[in-house]
Amino acid sequence: MSERDVSVRNFTINFGPQHPAAHGVLRLVLELDGEVVERADPHIGLLHRGTEKLIETKTYHQAVPYFDRLDYVAPMNQEHAFVLAAEKLLGIEIPYRAKVIRVLYSEIGRLLSHILNVTTQAMDVGALTPPLWGFEEREKLMIFYERASGSRMHAAYFRIGGVHQDLPPELIDDIGEFCETHPKVLRDIEGLLTENRIFKQRNVDIGVISVEEAFARGFSGVMVRGSGAAWDLRKAQPYEIYDELDFKVAVGRNGDCYDRYLVRMEEMYQSVHIMKQCVEILSSQKGQGEVMVDNRKVAPPRRAEMKTSMEALIEHFKLYTEGVKVPEGEVYAAVEAPKGEFGVYLVSDGSNRPYRCKIRAPGFAHLAALDYMGRGHMLADVSALIGSLDIVFGEIDR
Amino acid sequence: MTEEDLRNLGEHVAASLGEAVSDVRVVHGQLQMVAQAEKIREVLRFLRDDPSCRFVCFTDICGVDYPQREKRFEVVYHLLSPSINARVRVKAPVGEGETIPSVIEVFPGAEWFEREVYDMYGVFFTDHPDLRRILTDYGFNGHPLRKDFPVTGFVEVRYDEDRKRVIYEPVNLQQAWREFDFLSPWRGEPAVLPGDEKASAAQEKQQDEGAA
Repeated sequence: MSERDVSVRNFTINFGPQHPAAHGVLRLVLELDGEVVERADPHIGLLHRGTEKLIETKTYHQAVPYFDRLDYVAPMNQEHAFVLAAEKLLGIEIPYRAKVIRVLYSEIGRLLSHILNVTTQAMDVGALTPPLWGFEEREKLMIFYERASGSRMHAAYFRIGGVHQDLPPELIDDIGEFCETHPKVLRDIEGLLTENRIFKQRNVDIGVISVEEAFARGFSGVMVRGSGAAWDLRKAQPYEIYDELDFKVAVGRNGDCYDRYLVRMEEMYQSVHIMKQCVEILSSQKGQGEVMVDNRKVAPPRRAEMKTSMEALIEHFKLYTEGVKVPEGEVYAAVEAPKGEFGVYLVSDGSNRPYRCKIRAPGFAHLAALDYMGRGHMLADVSALIGSLDIVFGEIDR
Repeated sequence: MTEEDLRNLGEHVAASLGEAVSDVRVVHGQLQMVAQAEKIREVLRFLRDDPSCRFVCFTDICGVDYPQREKRFEVVYHLLSPSINARVRVKAPVGEGETIPSVIEVFPGAEWFEREVYDMYGVFFTDHPDLRRILTDYGFNGHPLRKDFPVTGFVEVRYDEDRKRVIYEPVNLQQAWREFDFLSPWRGEPAVLPGDEKASAAQEKQQDEGAA
């Protein structure tokens, strides 16, 4: 046989948007050399709903529910960033009890998100039991959401000026009980994964990123902590009552998928620890009081008051039609959401609607680096990497 | 960092960068400055590398549209310095049809954020390696976050049973778009009865008499 001119070309495949490891609607165009990824081009926007445009046409109160629908795995953490931004512009300080409740529910959100991420990441690399165990716990947490706000997911519970309603005492007791039993489930999940040979083979040394590179690429949250930076907004720029609480920041060393998994596991234990302290404060004398500011330009009057007071009725009507008028200015407020720094850049022109509300989603920056982190890895590692980036399309596509 | 420290830092930045930045202020506990669009790369590089700043963490780029201004768009950069625990906001005004240099060589994470600003506002970034649309549909027209872009958009999609594929059609609203502006709840419909042509005629007549 004569010598032939063999032309080799890279193979391009389309990954998703219906692939189960794509975590939603990610369309990924991968250029492969054999099984090695040469280039990854994520196509996003399949879930784009124009949230920022819609918020510009709505009053500040009407904007809150849109934030539940961004990262729908941990809804209240998003609301938190928005109400903090609006409160900064309004210059109001919320009551102590509302702050504690917000922290409590932010940590519940963190558990919701981390449980989902850790267990589905395990599913991406071949384990089926962790999601089954994890979802049982998520169900309990969603019931706490429901008992506080009336909705399992789309809570709209954090409002400008506090939280919508006070928590019933039985709910606080039940959350306290959950904090006692939950660490055991976490230990069980850890027992399945941490020393698991297959899980380690699929995750150790995959998607390594250095601290400098992580910062320059806009990473935040677990993605920088996994690389060894002890950077946590709850410690560095404390909001609400985080500066009074006792908790530790989990930090990884190698910046690979496995370290990020370990950081998430440790953060869940810390979240339970924070929740316990919040429950204690809420049931003590110190944590009693109002959950909404006493400012009729921002917060509605009590229902009972409206039945007898004409003034209260007018204020209620004005608040729910005209809405809150926020002073002119611009502000950036960020919270440590489970996935990283979730920020809201709010520009107000002094009217009752935001002039511009930019949502800075952590997952957007993380997914943008998929091409950089995935190069040179095998095709199968891409799904482990996507799992460890912790992406949720609600917040990336907005 | 206290407000005082931030103000000092702002003075240091303003002195070092000269005319490239202006209006350096501390707003709501955060440093803010306005930069010349063509110098944006140098400004960000200085903020990243200067030993007293070290804004090494890239946070966000976004656009804002102010149609009444001479330079219509504002590209807003947010940076974070983990070492001094402070944030900075750099705003660069860009007119319609003007361009702004891409900052990817300073912060590689800027790539998608600049694509998003281009997609949403139509601001062009020079030297961007891959300035495609990012969030909107393939083949989308217009820039949706501009203030003159309607919330309803121009096209809608549906599945067509006859052609067995998804088709694009001009937006057909079942009811008119209602603008709920409650800023003044007492301003209702104009007090004109439909079909009452005599009302305007009578008004004109009155005005004529008044002028005469």
